[in-house]
Amino acid sequence: MSCNCSQGSENKELFNELGEFISSLPEQNESSLIQVLHRAQHIFGYLPREVQTYVAQKLNIPVARVYGVVSFYSYFTDTPRGEYVVQVCMGTGCFVKGSGKVLEAFEKSLNLKSGETSDDLKFTLSGVRCVGACGLAPVVIINEKVYGHVQSEDVESIIENHLVETLS
Amino acid sequence: MRIQSVEELQTLHQNNQPLLALRRAEAYVGQERIIMVCGGTGCHSAQSKELKEALAEKIKEHNLEALVDVKATGCFGFCAEGPIIRVFPDDVFYVKVTPEDAEDIIVEHMKGGKPVERLLFTEPSINEKVPTMHDISFYKKQLRIALRNCGIIDPEEIDEYIAAEGYLALAKVFGMEPEAVTKLMTDSGLRGRGGAGFPTGMKWEATRRAAGDQKYIICNADEGDPGAFMDRSLLEGDPHSIIEAMAIAGYAIGADTGYVYIRAEYPLAIERLEIAIKQARERGLLGENILGSGFNFDVLIKYGAGAFVCGEETALMRSIEGMRGEPFNKTVFPSERGLWGKPTSTNNVETFANVPIIVNKGADWYNSIGTATSKGTKVFALGGKVSNVGLVEVPMGTTLRELVYDIGGGIPNDRALKAVQTGGPSGGCIPTEFLDTPIDYESLQSIGSMMGSGGMIVLDEDDCMVNIAKFYLEFTCEESCGKCTPCRIGTTRLLEMLEKITSGKGTLEDLDKLQELSEVVIDSSLCGLGKTAPNPIVSTIKYFRDEYEAHIVDQTCPAHVCKDLLQIVITDKCIGCTKCSRVCPVDAIEGSVKQLHVIDQETCIKCEACISACPVNAIIMQ
Repeated sequence: MSCNCSQGSENKELFNELGEFISSLPEQNESSLIQVLHRAQHIFGYLPREVQTYVAQKLNIPVARVYGVVSFYSYFTDTPRGEYVVQVCMGTGCFVKGSGKVLEAFEKSLNLKSGETSDDLKFTLSGVRCVGACGLAPVVIINEKVYGHVQSEDVESIIENHLVETLS
Repeated sequence: MRIQSVEELQTLHQNNQPLLALRRAEAYVGQERIIMVCGGTGCHSAQSKELKEALAEKIKEHNLEALVDVKATGCFGFCAEGPIIRVFPDDVFYVKVTPEDAEDIIVEHMKGGKPVERLLFTEPSINEKVPTMHDISFYKKQLRIALRNCGIIDPEEIDEYIAAEGYLALAKVFGMEPEAVTKLMTDSGLRGRGGAGFPTGMKWEATRRAAGDQKYIICNADEGDPGAFMDRSLLEGDPHSIIEAMAIAGYAIGADTGYVYIRAEYPLAIERLEIAIKQARERGLLGENILGSGFNFDVLIKYGAGAFVCGEETALMRSIEGMRGEPFNKTVFPSERGLWGKPTSTNNVETFANVPIIVNKGADWYNSIGTATSKGTKVFALGGKVSNVGLVEVPMGTTLRELVYDIGGGIPNDRALKAVQTGGPSGGCIPTEFLDTPIDYESLQSIGSMMGSGGMIVLDEDDCMVNIAKFYLEFTCEESCGKCTPCRIGTTRLLEMLEKITSGKGTLEDLDKLQELSEVVIDSSLCGLGKTAPNPIVSTIKYFRDEYEAHIVDQTCPAHVCKDLLQIVITDKCIGCTKCSRVCPVDAIEGSVKQLHVIDQETCIKCEACISACPVNAIIMQ
């Protein structure tokens, strides 16, 4: 019996979208794998096992090969991410200006370790490599919004203001 | 739309000149003006897009549409003072402009004809406002060759690029034999700007000579070095110059396809590149039979996915092929067997940016700039503890002192310079005694660092050199692909020893072991990542051994950075407000109201809650 729940049909649509993308590619083989995974992560938000299996079948390669690539590149994730992704730049320019302390302040404030996502899927916290905005060091990016010259004491107000702004 | 021949392109170049007329005008001629807003990542993040929209709105509001235009352009480099705008033809340079300033700029400057004084840059050395870009000390010693179009043209307008001699170099090489093109590059002395400095002409010539019908050009835009952002700025500010250079390289080596391998973390650069590729195809500057020459070439984009090792060319090729980005042994060079086993030439973004202008101006012009072994200019991302953080382009041979003090404006907050780190995780820390060394590939290598892709981080007395080495090792350890043992296990063991030292558990024997293992990792790793990963350790031990010894023997961190070796103490500034003792989670602070409080060091967990709670900054780490 097929599943009638809304999540199921939504999921089916997402798989269809990915399937159409794969069909539109000039080559449906291993050489397109990274490109397909980028699109898959864009569609699903992350790369769960079912998606990896689906991609493997479509490109006619072993699932292990797909997982090998997913686990190799830090841009790909096989766990869901939070609604708000907080990225603290840990490039050298930001590091020497105290981004380590800013990350610690976020860890304390959100009660998460770097790389973790909260259980309610609200926040993901991560330290990222250079975002190339060294003139604004230390830099924090929450979803698309960039905060420059951040000090650890600004962390609480950044979280509050960001939530207020996005909710309004 | 399609440009059919070289003659048509030259005519278009002439016809497009009015587009840039205002920006090239020597003197103020009339009421017409153009406002160029920086659209580079730094300024973009600081709301330059909103600023541009606000300016456009105000122009409309004041009915100035016929006279005043506003456009986005590439990075001006002066990121610390962003968002930046430059007004032509009177050449006025505004810094730290916000959308709220739009009204004043339009009313006072565009209508009233008088620059807005408060938005001009104040030169710290003379404490005076400086109205034009060229008079600012940050720009005086710079020579913008790779960045020639950044800040001048709109990167999303191919016609502006053509007006600025764009694609004329490609047209010119069609009149040359491919061999003459590679020779031109060899004669110019251009070397790889990605870090290793391999002669570009030699690489092209080897690929040209290799047997094979199918060959490839790769543009390495996987800029993973933390603290470097020149490739990103070039792609964002002048994407057509990279496309043109790739086509020139394709013609020289006999390739019909070029790949740009770019970080997925650079969305703005990807967007600008996509626009540029589309425009070039529409004009027939990419595709089949370009300008009627019979030469076919197209550029495709491949996304990276966050792996530093993919900056290494063999790993990069694996990644383009859809696999894990693991490097392979160069028993046969990629110029013979590269991407999909075909002859391939991989060049860095900044290297490509130099190519069209070399073709246009000639090898002699280019090799007259720079030092004996390193020709031309180099773009550096100047960052860290320096006043003018930003992107700078200087002739090879400029000294570190000129970069840090004349261009960078020195160290802020009256701190003393300790070292300059160049080359990122593969480079080293250069102490102040080498400040007057002219920078080129060889001189940096001889003092234990390297050019790298051009990250240049200034460190002051508040930076702990052991901690800096640890920072880079954390990076390389995480980014090691794991294929070869010396790099996978070696960097891990090196990091463990550094952690031991910064936590006060190191021994002098560890210092010897660090050096010994560093040598092993350098000698035996498979690719450039491992071969250079220990450099930050080797150079800091060489020049700052006393700091390592202080951590080990004296159990102190001279720069007051390594937490495990520090104590939190309450100074006599304490007013006895009790706030600290109330926030302390482990009740380590004792003292009664209006009395000096004391921290019990045994109990203290160094959470620093008391430091933030103290209203009079009486609590410090030392």
